[in-house]
Amino acid sequence: MNRREGVMNQRNGNNGLSRRRFLATTVAASAALSAPAALGQGRPRVVVVGGGAGGATAARYIARDSKGAVDVTLVEPTRAYYSCFFSNLYIGGFREYASIGHSYGALAASHGINVVHDWAVSIDRDKRSVGLAGGGSLSYDRLVLSPGIDFKPGSVPGWDLSQQNRMPHAYKAGSQTQLLRAQIEAMPEGGVYCMVAPPNPFRCPPGPYERISMVAHVLKQANPTAKILIVDPKAKFSKQGLFEDGWQRHYAGMIERIGPDFGGDKVEVRPGAMEVVIDGEVTKVDACNVIPAQQAGRIAAVAGITNDAGWAPVVAHTMQSRADENIHVLGDASQQGDMPKSGFSANSQAKVCAMAVRGALTGSKVFAARFSNTCWSLIGTDDGVKVGASYEATDEKIAKTDGFISKTGETAEVRKATYKESLDWYAAISGDMFG
Amino acid sequence: MTARSTAFAGKSPSFRAAVGLLAAALLALLPALGAWGSDAERGKALFKQCKRCHQAGSGAEHRIGPHLNDVFGRAAGSLGDFRYSPAMKAAGTGGLIWTGATLDAFLSDPRALVPRSRMSFAGIGEQGDREDLLAWLRGFSGAVSELPPAEPTATAEEYGLDPRLLSIEGDPEYGAYLAGECTTCHREGGSGEGIPSITGWPSDDFVIALQAYKRGKRVHPAMQLVAGRLSDEEIAALAAHFRDAGDQP
Repeated sequence: MNRREGVMNQRNGNNGLSRRRFLATTVAASAALSAPAALGQGRPRVVVVGGGAGGATAARYIARDSKGAVDVTLVEPTRAYYSCFFSNLYIGGFREYASIGHSYGALAASHGINVVHDWAVSIDRDKRSVGLAGGGSLSYDRLVLSPGIDFKPGSVPGWDLSQQNRMPHAYKAGSQTQLLRAQIEAMPEGGVYCMVAPPNPFRCPPGPYERISMVAHVLKQANPTAKILIVDPKAKFSKQGLFEDGWQRHYAGMIERIGPDFGGDKVEVRPGAMEVVIDGEVTKVDACNVIPAQQAGRIAAVAGITNDAGWAPVVAHTMQSRADENIHVLGDASQQGDMPKSGFSANSQAKVCAMAVRGALTGSKVFAARFSNTCWSLIGTDDGVKVGASYEATDEKIAKTDGFISKTGETAEVRKATYKESLDWYAAISGDMFG
Repeated sequence: MTARSTAFAGKSPSFRAAVGLLAAALLALLPALGAWGSDAERGKALFKQCKRCHQAGSGAEHRIGPHLNDVFGRAAGSLGDFRYSPAMKAAGTGGLIWTGATLDAFLSDPRALVPRSRMSFAGIGEQGDREDLLAWLRGFSGAVSELPPAEPTATAEEYGLDPRLLSIEGDPEYGAYLAGECTTCHREGGSGEGIPSITGWPSDDFVIALQAYKRGKRVHPAMQLVAGRLSDEEIAALAAHFRDAGDQP
């Protein structure tokens, strides 16, 4: 099927009217802010789909730095954003649930962004218009897609979305995260927590292993004879040396990891019976966290800009889709090169994208793209580690230029300082996204 | 001596309220306490950890933090020509006056007394250290006829930097774009124990800090990575941007 033919296009008289009404509202709101230099129907329009680290940052930077010259609409279905980053710390009891939740209020009130709580369900690339589940449509001069990830159907035999309450993924933060924490707390004495880890590439490479650390931290206090089983299709994982050293120091004897050499890549789950079958051998578990294989959030495929692997290839200099220069793709959904799929990366890419979009639409100055990323992970109380790198744009990809990683054997003081850094980073990136 | 440690050991909100009320009473007591055994010369050495941001003495200017001349008796956040954090201004408006007692409480745990203060400092745990430091600082308050000259917050020589690096005129527009890489971690107008605010820093302090990271003379893996690929012009551009950056709403 040609995806672009299958698109809904719902521009009719009613929508035209609401479009004018919407513009009038935006003008009034912007005038009240006394900021904008250029107003009116001639304003170029940017639609951003997805209000996470990529989309919220891009919307905020385009609106803020264009000072009202660009009309920015953010389409995001949820009213409150719960960040995946730091959701493990909630599972470990280091953060309150409310502390990882954020509202879109300041983006609307301080930056004049039109925040539309709806799902984008179609994209007409010829007419440059986004169709919404609620029935409306939004036209754009530039579209920014930052939809995060969706799961590849069938990647873990026996698991699908209908089973996510028995075996949560907790890999899109929110109710799933709360559910997983409750299931860990409800485990019987000496019970088994199992994680089915995802294959590469996936969101937040150290995330599953930080989660293991946080689950171990909780169980060590509340249920010290409990066991943790990781079923992993990958031979290696991010920060492996740091995590394994930390697990030995904090949670000796509690964690077992089955890699592909022992059948970790041949797993099936039976949610009804709470069983995990590893290379034909059945194991009974008490809590089971299934993190399936991933691909770009579905709207990217609907737009017809993804490759066979399910990701959206982009031009590193501007984050423009290689299939459509009017569309930029940010964060986890993009296939950009060397950067890990992380909130930090998405935030970094959003700033390059915002500059490119403003340059194209308003003629503002464009500078060379540069990117950076740091991922902090918490292993135990005050035991933080980090990995970071800087990147530049080449014609081929986003290419790593330099990097660093925490070392085993660092003093407790260094680890505590690293953890405190991560707390400040969380506050900073939240402000950078949501104002 | 123990009077202060028992009275101010707590960090509860009621403690913060109590500070204001007790301050006046304790003000009278403090000179005597100082006279009992505080070591101002030792305090001068302890001030080294403050002087990356603060100046005190004749010719003292605002740098990353406000100058500390005549700080005793002054309302918090009250110098009109320094850009304080909103939290520090509010504390002053709410009645916080800097006295021996309140400064001692602040230095003990800055964020317990003024939450969301921009001062990036974890605090001084030892009461004796705080007393000696305050004894030295007290010499810069009141009717003092001749103050020693203020020492600079940071110098190019300290890190073996070419002083010409400080005279590069940066492009603020380029700095505004480059700043995007900073604000993922350094909250605009914010504060933290782990990652300091860099909003409103004087250009010289900013350039010296980044050049020192760039050349490995200040040690922090993330900062060395970020600064390592910034050119001298880019560092100047960032300095120009953050010097003028206002607080975000």
